[in-house]
Amino acid sequence: MASWGTSRYVRGVTDLLAARWLFGTSLAFHIVFAAVGVAMPLFMVLAEWRWRRSGDEVHLELARRWAKGTAILFAVGAVSGTVISFELGLLWPRFMAFAGPLIGMPFSLEGFAFFTEAIFLGIYLYGWERVGPALHLAAGAAVALSGAVSAFFVTLANAWMNSPAGFRLVAGRAEDVAPLAAMFPPGWAHEVLHVLLSSYAATGFAVAGIHAFLLWRSPASAFHRAALGIALGVGGVAALLQPLSGDFSARQVAETQPVKLAALEGHFRTQRGAPLLVGGIADAEARETRFALEIPYGLSLLAFHDPHAEVKGLEAFPRDTWPNTFLVHLAFDVMVGLGTLLALVSLVGAVLAWRARGVPTQRRYLAAVIAAGPLGFLALEAGWLVTEWGRQPFTIRGVMRTAQAVTPVSSLTIPFAGFLALYLFLAFMVGLLLWRQIAREAA
Amino acid sequence: MTPADLLGAVILSALIAYALLAGADFGGGVWDLLASGTRKAEQRRLIEHAIGPIWEANHVWLILVVVVLFTGFPPAFAAVSTTLFLPLVLLLVGIVLRGAAFTFRTYDAHDDRVQARWGLIFSASSTLAPLLLGLVVGALASGRLRVGADGAPLAGQLAAFSPFTLATGLFACVLFAFLAATYLAVEAAGPLAEDFRRRALAAAVAVFATAAASLALSRAEAPLVFAGLTARRWSVLLHLATGAAAVTAFGALLARRPRLARAAAIAQVTLIVVGWGASQYPYVVVPDVTLASASGPRATQVALLVALAAGAVLLFPSLYLLFRIFKGERPFSVVDRRPARRG
Ligand code: HDD
Ligand code: HEM
Ligand code: HEM
Repeated sequence: MASWGTSRYVRGVTDLLAARWLFGTSLAFHIVFAAVGVAMPLFMVLAEWRWRRSGDEVHLELARRWAKGTAILFAVGAVSGTVISFELGLLWPRFMAFAGPLIGMPFSLEGFAFFTEAIFLGIYLYGWERVGPALHLAAGAAVALSGAVSAFFVTLANAWMNSPAGFRLVAGRAEDVAPLAAMFPPGWAHEVLHVLLSSYAATGFAVAGIHAFLLWRSPASAFHRAALGIALGVGGVAALLQPLSGDFSARQVAETQPVKLAALEGHFRTQRGAPLLVGGIADAEARETRFALEIPYGLSLLAFHDPHAEVKGLEAFPRDTWPNTFLVHLAFDVMVGLGTLLALVSLVGAVLAWRARGVPTQRRYLAAVIAAGPLGFLALEAGWLVTEWGRQPFTIRGVMRTAQAVTPVSSLTIPFAGFLALYLFLAFMVGLLLWRQIAREAA
Repeated sequence: MTPADLLGAVILSALIAYALLAGADFGGGVWDLLASGTRKAEQRRLIEHAIGPIWEANHVWLILVVVVLFTGFPPAFAAVSTTLFLPLVLLLVGIVLRGAAFTFRTYDAHDDRVQARWGLIFSASSTLAPLLLGLVVGALASGRLRVGADGAPLAGQLAAFSPFTLATGLFACVLFAFLAATYLAVEAAGPLAEDFRRRALAAAVAVFATAAASLALSRAEAPLVFAGLTARRWSVLLHLATGAAAVTAFGALLARRPRLARAAAIAQVTLIVVGWGASQYPYVVVPDVTLASASGPRATQVALLVALAAGAVLLFPSLYLLFRIFKGERPFSVVDRRPARRG
């Protein structure tokens, strides 16, 4: 460790890669539980509330079962989130030394959201027989609210990394720090909105997929019909709003992060009336996106709502500020493709539900919901990859490169391998336990 | 009092809360590992019951310490993270396994073998985590974690490991076990309460032994803290108070006054953390990083203090509600209504 003078370059590159992979894996893991932590308490509370209004025991049973699943998922979310808050320093100490005072406010406020979330979840899960019905329902509502609030705050921190604000850069240091301005950087609104919706959409479809599958197997089950109604109801509304919010995001990104926009669209040459490129391979060497489906004027329309607007291409920016165009464009297409699919499934569901005046349970529709089950989380992960990869090579866009942010500690491949194994083990166990809970009730 | 000092006090208070609450949860895990005798299963069930509803909330105090540190004292956070990389990674592994295994045990099949396997992971990681936490605290005080001007660590990753830090690690571990046993002696009834009263007495002896070892080793290995602990004017007072609390706890345990013992143990742990903080003030990482040298912009520190005050208004009533619901009618009472007689 004392000798990082020699062969620093080679070691530096693998360590940087290991740090990025470790952090990315940790977040990709955590975000699943975080999204569930935002949405699942809402589903629970809706079920309990329906029980209280109608006296229908099925909804009470549903609230209790969902609460058990939430308990498992929440615990893993809490410990994986703890890992990330330490990893911010363990992997990116220079980033944190610079950015701590700027993104610390949302993180601190998020801390209180964690407190209320954990406190009221404890009351909710263990309090069925100990507290009165009104307090119980209110505790559930407090969990649902604080989950959304914690997602809100942490997303503000991410928005700051994309569009840093609230300070003046003087000789590599942040001067005139304005914590409130840093807390709400340009582009915070679109990101917060899109992230919150994504939590409800992804969780809603995942839960709906499971209950659709069980309903497929036992079509008479009032339990699974009630579950499907709530999960698909919330998830479907979110999935319908998601493309609208995504369009808002794209326009904001066009304005505040033009390099990212060009990369996610695979758009190389600055152009008026730019076409939208769907699919294809964004080849940075050849500076073109091959095999893409071209929709004339599409990009100008989407990004600026004007068919003749000029859209800056990657070539307008120095080569060493481009992200990996191939990956970013691919991830973007995956998100948008899946988002379109989910919106379609939701739309059909809305029509069927309106016709049937109830939860749609046609077998072909159930099959579609089962197939759509995992897609919400796939879209969510793809979207985060767009945002994080699209910001590269910067950790703080325009201010600090990822290579400058990384820790001087070496041999990072070892913790990476260790945490990867830990996450795989946890994922396997969570899957197994949830499956057992579900199988038991199905039996 | 500068904003930096106030934030330092907030960090210390959050650490005290973490020690008193999450520390006892870890201590419960230690007793799960050491469960023995004819009432083994009952002991474990009581521990699970005591920790279940509250451990996730208790755990958040550590998150609060981390975020206040990096918001208010960013270079200190960077220095701590780089110099203590290895023990912190191991601590995280302990924290992850503890939380996950505890939850998995609750929701996995109630088959004895499966339960025993999760129980082992839960209790082993509950023992590992406080060991590392104590080691980290000892290392921060030791003066061996040198940091260069650019924030890069000057000493190797093994600098955190020494006889002194191992002693502080053990000390933290037995201290948490002691604390947990005094809590459990209040929460249990009948013979189970007697089990934990005896365990608390044994742990109190171990606390004394490891404290003495840490102090003796600090003379050579953490001279600054040793000086703080022995030479400063207030330190004698603090020692006397800590000693009085320890003796009261021990006496109350002997006299079968569990609530009084619990209150005295809480005072003892609080005074120990305060004593550590006071003896290492104003350093965060001895001897290169101080609260003042690591302070971020004043605007952020002030905003952070306001946010913390606002958050506290929300937090404390919620916490009270939680403990009121799960820890009985008089969750914080010192007085025993009826002395717990044997049998
Ligand atoms: C259920 C998940 C999901 C779905 C269906 C969509 N998205 Fe998304 N998207 C995300 C989940 C997501 C996210 C939560 O993963 C991201 C990462 C950061 C963020 O703001 O939200 C994201 C980012 C993100 C960004 C980058 C924002 C930034 O970096 O600031 C854009 C431009 C879009 N999305 C656009 C869309 C469009 C046009 C969609 C049309 C269908 C769409 N998204 C569907
Ligand atoms: C750098 C990024 C992140 C850090 C440092 C972080 C940190 C944490 C921590 C420490 C916890 C545990 C709190 C507890 O003990 O209850 C947690 C849980 C949580 N986080 Fe994250 N997180 C990050 C990213 C995210 C993102 C992107 C979201 C939302 C979209 C999110 C939403 C949540 C939620 C809702 C919880 C509650 C626990 C759960 O339901 O699983 N986090 N996070
Ligand atoms: C939860 C969803 C998120 C996912 C899946 C995610 C994923 C990733 C990935 C894959 C990287 C590595 C980038 C690369 O190697 O190209 C990364 C980097 C990073 N992310 Fe995120 N991220 C998420 C949210 C956040 C949030 C909310 C923050 C807020 C503070 C954040 C902060 C960072 C930092 C500091 C880095 C390291 C520096 C860098 O590579 O730019 N991330 N993330």
